[in-house]
Amino acid sequence: MPVAVRVIPCLDVDAGRVVKGVNFENLRDAGDPVELAARYDAQGADEVTFLDVSASSGGRETTYEVVRRAADQVFVPLTVGGGVRTVEDVDTLLRAGADKVGVNTAAIARPELIAEIAGRFGNQVLVLSVDARRVQGDVSTPSGYEVTTHGGRRGTGIDAVEWAARAAELGAGEVLLNSMDADGTYEGFDLEMLRAVRAAVGVPLIASGGASTPQDFVAAARAGADALLAASVFHFGRLTVADVKDALREAGVEVR
Amino acid sequence: MSGPNERPSVVVLDYGFGNVRSAVRALERVGADVELTDDRARAQEADGLVVPGVGAFAACMAGLRAVRGDEVVGRRLAGGRPVLGICVGMQILFEAGDEHGVVTEGMGEWPGTVRRLDAPVVPHMGWANVEAAEGSRLFSGVERERFYFVHSYAAHEFPLEADIPEDSPFARSTIRPLVTWATHGDRFVAAVENGPLAATQFHPEKSGDAGAHLLENWVATLR
Repeated sequence: MPVAVRVIPCLDVDAGRVVKGVNFENLRDAGDPVELAARYDAQGADEVTFLDVSASSGGRETTYEVVRRAADQVFVPLTVGGGVRTVEDVDTLLRAGADKVGVNTAAIARPELIAEIAGRFGNQVLVLSVDARRVQGDVSTPSGYEVTTHGGRRGTGIDAVEWAARAAELGAGEVLLNSMDADGTYEGFDLEMLRAVRAAVGVPLIASGGASTPQDFVAAARAGADALLAASVFHFGRLTVADVKDALREAGVEVR
Repeated sequence: MSGPNERPSVVVLDYGFGNVRSAVRALERVGADVELTDDRARAQEADGLVVPGVGAFAACMAGLRAVRGDEVVGRRLAGGRPVLGICVGMQILFEAGDEHGVVTEGMGEWPGTVRRLDAPVVPHMGWANVEAAEGSRLFSGVERERFYFVHSYAAHEFPLEADIPEDSPFARSTIRPLVTWATHGDRFVAAVENGPLAATQFHPEKSGDAGAHLLENWVATLR
């Protein structure tokens, strides 16, 4: 049997608290990332991702403490991304209890960082996060997709497909492909972009951005995603992890 | 040694490579009295020793030798004291690891070389089923569950699994290793139970309830 397609809830964490809001019933504290992570673990999440959006270093320290508490209570893999710039940042997160670390902007500025992290901790710890969108205006790239920074507000002119392939060669163990066009639209994952990146990389591919219905997840799995990440559909109770898995299972996709 | 009513003591070997916090918490969750240390005397005395491992074979092996963990493992096994290797902590129990053509000597408790998986998508990352060995104690009750794997390399054969002929003088006195397999492109060794030495290629400490059950099974062997 093949490895199961993973369903991954993602939580944005700022100074130790979940932001963007969460609307779950029966939560003692809707802002506590650890309580939510444990909830998703219980729902059958295959992994949990924390995205640290803290602007200050004090906020980051608080995030480390959150990761420590999560490692005590969550027994599925935990990925932590956001603000990771150095090998030492990775070391700190892994020591706190993260299993994988997401790297984004710092690797665009200095691609060698990918090789440095993979060389020290192995490529399996490194998730390269790519915020990509269709090119706009005068910009053109071979694939028609470009890498963005600053939450999609700034284009880089770097071809998203080529960047993902290069990062995998440098040592990224996984690619998290986040569609900035689809993000927050509830119109489904960007399947065309998924297929393009799938054809170019031989490491696991995580689809992100735009999920709304269980069928969106099925479509992304069929487009070649190894894992499916979503935030608000889970946080606002539109879907549970179990809903998504049921749909995948019915469609003949292997799930845990 | 712990008495019948005490929690078995487990040392998680701290040699700089591994998601040690997760391993410690998962073992505590299933009732072990866990200590994270690189102290050789403590590691030798504990009821059980866990050798975690995350990263590259060569780096892990160097780290292990730096704390003389290979000696501790060897002495424990000579004395029949349980050792559990996890992920790269399992791989380094083999004779050698071949990563990008660089061959590194392992602990050599088992013959064979750890090599790269040949599959369309590598690393093998995620939850996968195993073919649990018949009579396995580790997988008792979780034979059909999925476990969390994350690796690019694996042992592809286990020569010691071969049957010992019935008429061999060793047939009765020898406990044959139990080998559990999994497939990702290649068929590879997912777990081994070999007297006091056990190991898993996957991460039981990250495999939810199924992994906890497996660790509980291992801790039960320490009593």
